[in-house]
Amino acid sequence: MSNDFVKGFTFISDRSDLVLNRLGSHLVLSAESVLIAVVIGVPLGVFLGHIHRFSFLAINVSNIGRALPSVAVLAIFLPVFGIGDTDVIIALVILAAPPILTNAYVAVDQVDPDTVDAAKGIGLRPLQVLLKVEMPLALPLIFAGIRTSAVFVVATATLAGIFGGGGLGDIISNRESFGLDGVIGASYVLIALAFASQLLFISFEKLITPRGLRGTRQGAPGRLRRQGAAALPGRGVPAALETQPE
Amino acid sequence: MIGQVGGALAGGPVIPTFGTTSKCVLQNRTFCWDWFKDRWSSTFVPALLQHIQLSVIAVVIGFAIAFVLAVAAHRARWVIAPVTFFTSLLYTVPSLAAFEILVPITGINYFTVEIALVSYTLLILFTNTLAGLSGVSPEVLDAATGIGLTRTQALLRVELPLALPTIIAGIRVAVVTIISLTTVAAYVVPAGLGKIIFDAIGNSVFNTAFIGAGVLCILLALVADALFAGLQRVLTPWAAARRGG
Repeated sequence: MSNDFVKGFTFISDRSDLVLNRLGSHLVLSAESVLIAVVIGVPLGVFLGHIHRFSFLAINVSNIGRALPSVAVLAIFLPVFGIGDTDVIIALVILAAPPILTNAYVAVDQVDPDTVDAAKGIGLRPLQVLLKVEMPLALPLIFAGIRTSAVFVVATATLAGIFGGGGLGDIISNRESFGLDGVIGASYVLIALAFASQLLFISFEKLITPRGLRGTRQGAPGRLRRQGAAALPGRGVPAALETQPE
Repeated sequence: MIGQVGGALAGGPVIPTFGTTSKCVLQNRTFCWDWFKDRWSSTFVPALLQHIQLSVIAVVIGFAIAFVLAVAAHRARWVIAPVTFFTSLLYTVPSLAAFEILVPITGINYFTVEIALVSYTLLILFTNTLAGLSGVSPEVLDAATGIGLTRTQALLRVELPLALPTIIAGIRVAVVTIISLTTVAAYVVPAGLGKIIFDAIGNSVFNTAFIGAGVLCILLALVADALFAGLQRVLTPWAAARRGG
């Protein structure tokens, strides 16, 4: 039994070409999905946050998005797009975009109104307020949303192997060809990848946090903190958002 | 071939059903109502109930563990860091990898499924229960001590009711997460609605099974989500009063 777990490592070193190849396609698939989700979610969320409107929509979209079971979404699009990468990418984007949108909305919406007033007071135009004041202050939380989605996508892209796409799931779902040690070895790589992407995003968030916000536990914004919130590291929005449906 | 899909899904022996198979099924159109209706009570309802059962067991056990940890962490703050660290680790492990790695240890059974599912609820439920308890204002607690409540009484009669909205919010997130992961689990341990989906890939790409089970699963998650959102409102009438409605 424990032998299987050792053999998992042997598989990685013996078949390193295969593992690296699938790891590469896994990363490409994940990156494409996250990128599309960012292109959809961030501008829309930032815009809605900037005008402080449609909060109901911006917040509930991720309530619904989070509730969608990934396998079910992959399954119902299969008849539409057929087996392969397209189905997988569309499903992943649908699942990844809502948290990005909601976080971007909350991030910009919760920027201290006094700060925004001060920016207007010194004569910045609306676009300048957005780009020079609201965006830098919102950036850490926006990236927290992207991290949430990215880690989720890396894990879920594995299902692509079952639904006809590539990636590490190709090995994990193909025990007939690669054996139990292949399945376990690829699982090791997948787990490492999930942790690596988590850590990478966390350090990146620290890097882009404006100096004035460092050490103030930014990332869990003031408004949410005061409500006794805890930002979930997972696929959700900060929990307290739901204690106060808007 | 298509007839075999039906036979395999119904769980019975594989009997070619060319005589009775409808044109829709033979041509594998997007969705065949007749096939869905035929298997509604024999395949879809049992799968749905099993899905609910697996999910509920995981959330109940997960909540019991997370609740004890959260109350402990509320009393002794040093508990927070290790529990958060450990449950975050569990949460980050991709579910399919977790199921695959557990199988050689615990076997292909529901126990394996539940171990993994429970481990995914812990972070959410712990974080929210603790946030709820910590969110109670010190003045309220002072008042509770002032009227002579013991610590346990204060916890049960003051802190827990006030923490309830945040706790339910956590359960809500946990429930929809687990409904989704139970579907993934079916790849390793065939059960619930996921079994119908993965069976339909295994035999041939049969559209009606994908859409039928997929839509049922999404409906289940959305209904559960709405149910807990409603529960949150019902259990906290003061929050509604504050909102002015």
